Amino acid sequence: MASQYANLTFNGYRRDNGRVGVRNHVVILPVDDISNAACESVASNIKGTLALPHSYGRLQFGADLDLHFRTIIGAGANPNVAAVVVIGIEPGWTKRIVDGIAETGKPVVGFSIEQNGDLKTIQDASRKAKEFVHYATELQREECPISELWVSTKCGESDTTTGLGSCPTVGNMYDKLIPEGIHGVFGETSEITGAEHICKRRAANDDVGERWYKMWEAYQNDVIEANKVDDLSESQPTKGNIEGGLTTIEEKALGNLEKIGRQCRYIDILEPAERPGAGPGLYFMDSSSAAAECVTLMAAGGYVVHTFPTGQGNVVGNPIVPVVKITANPRTVRTMSEHIDVDVSGVLRRDMTIDQAGDALIDMIVRTANGRNTAAEALGHREFSMTKLYRSA
Amino acid sequence: MTTPHFLVHSPKDNVGVVVVEGLEAGTEMLGVVTENDTTMHIVAKHDIPIGHKVALGELSAGDTVIKYGEDIGKMVGSAEKGDHVHVHNLKTKRW
Repeated sequence: MASQYANLTFNGYRRDNGRVGVRNHVVILPVDDISNAACESVASNIKGTLALPHSYGRLQFGADLDLHFRTIIGAGANPNVAAVVVIGIEPGWTKRIVDGIAETGKPVVGFSIEQNGDLKTIQDASRKAKEFVHYATELQREECPISELWVSTKCGESDTTTGLGSCPTVGNMYDKLIPEGIHGVFGETSEITGAEHICKRRAANDDVGERWYKMWEAYQNDVIEANKVDDLSESQPTKGNIEGGLTTIEEKALGNLEKIGRQCRYIDILEPAERPGAGPGLYFMDSSSAAAECVTLMAAGGYVVHTFPTGQGNVVGNPIVPVVKITANPRTVRTMSEHIDVDVSGVLRRDMTIDQAGDALIDMIVRTANGRNTAAEALGHREFSMTKLYRSA
Repeated sequence: MTTPHFLVHSPKDNVGVVVVEGLEAGTEMLGVVTENDTTMHIVAKHDIPIGHKVALGELSAGDTVIKYGEDIGKMVGSAEKGDHVHVHNLKTKRW
């Protein structure tokens, strides 16, 4: 018998490469930090466009530069984006980004500032951005099966209620929708510490589990052991975590891992901002546990809706991907209600089951995909944060 | 069912999580183990904030603290049944 979730549909924007978006942004995308001003001017000139200012893009090299390109190209290529104007200081790297985004088939044009200046660049780019707005605003949503939805997850400002309520809610959603063919992803490499033995066992097979463990171990050795100056007692758990009752990284990790439910197995491991290539299923993305960085990386990987369990009330959003906030903490519901999309505090009172909470989240995911603005969107949270691997040359 | 004061993930756990605001010392608390819906009653020894842990039994320095049925660290001080368990008496075994 088909599950009750098999016939779920949502109304999205089908792009030329077959992927489906749930938003229809015209993005003005800087290659580098010094092109932010021109991008923001274009976005100010042309209504209905969105600039994505960020902090980097100059004198990066090696793996750090690769990650920069993957993140910028991935953001432009995300199906929630209809068309892109790229602006960089010089034409070389600008073209590299334009070419990367053009593989999706969506309209994309690049402009470079050297030998033009900001003002001419802004004028030329504004004319193109206006064309793209006319193009994008004529696109229509169409009904799509739930299997075409890519849903990411990462929690923030966790406390003990996230492990009891909001993370298991996301896990229940994945247990119900992964079998229907959606793409899922979780990550936060440092926050698996303490539950790594359990996470390794949740791989689809031994090979994937071994590769996951090596990735986690490399992070421990190369990043934590190499750079720590204390026992990380003020970073993992964070001050907010501790205020919320979490005491150790193990306790935090076990709650975090509730996001992958009871049945799901991850089928592959992604580099930061990497697009999944092994078909539908759950993936692990090697990523920071800092909210804005992690959501940005998952958006660059092509995910179109993000589910974000929070305990103490992390307010993060993303410019191109709607971030759905879930909390089980009744104090957070009481004091920060404007940030919460799905209230599962009933799980703590025992008047709501995890099964009911999972259904409430699925309902909100579909409504969000259909166009409902999330709390973070309505409040203007547009955190676009690049992950930096090491300092620039 | 009456609203519980604290929840416990697994029957193996030796700590629970307070899930109501403003819990005061002396309260006779109702606790529920979410894995099997069994209940227990413990008197709170302190005012314990929402989300913070309560000892389900006697815990001594060096004891392993179990939550989710798993090791979450070791006691660095003691706690009686109904005491608050947090950074003052519990620490990770790593880092």
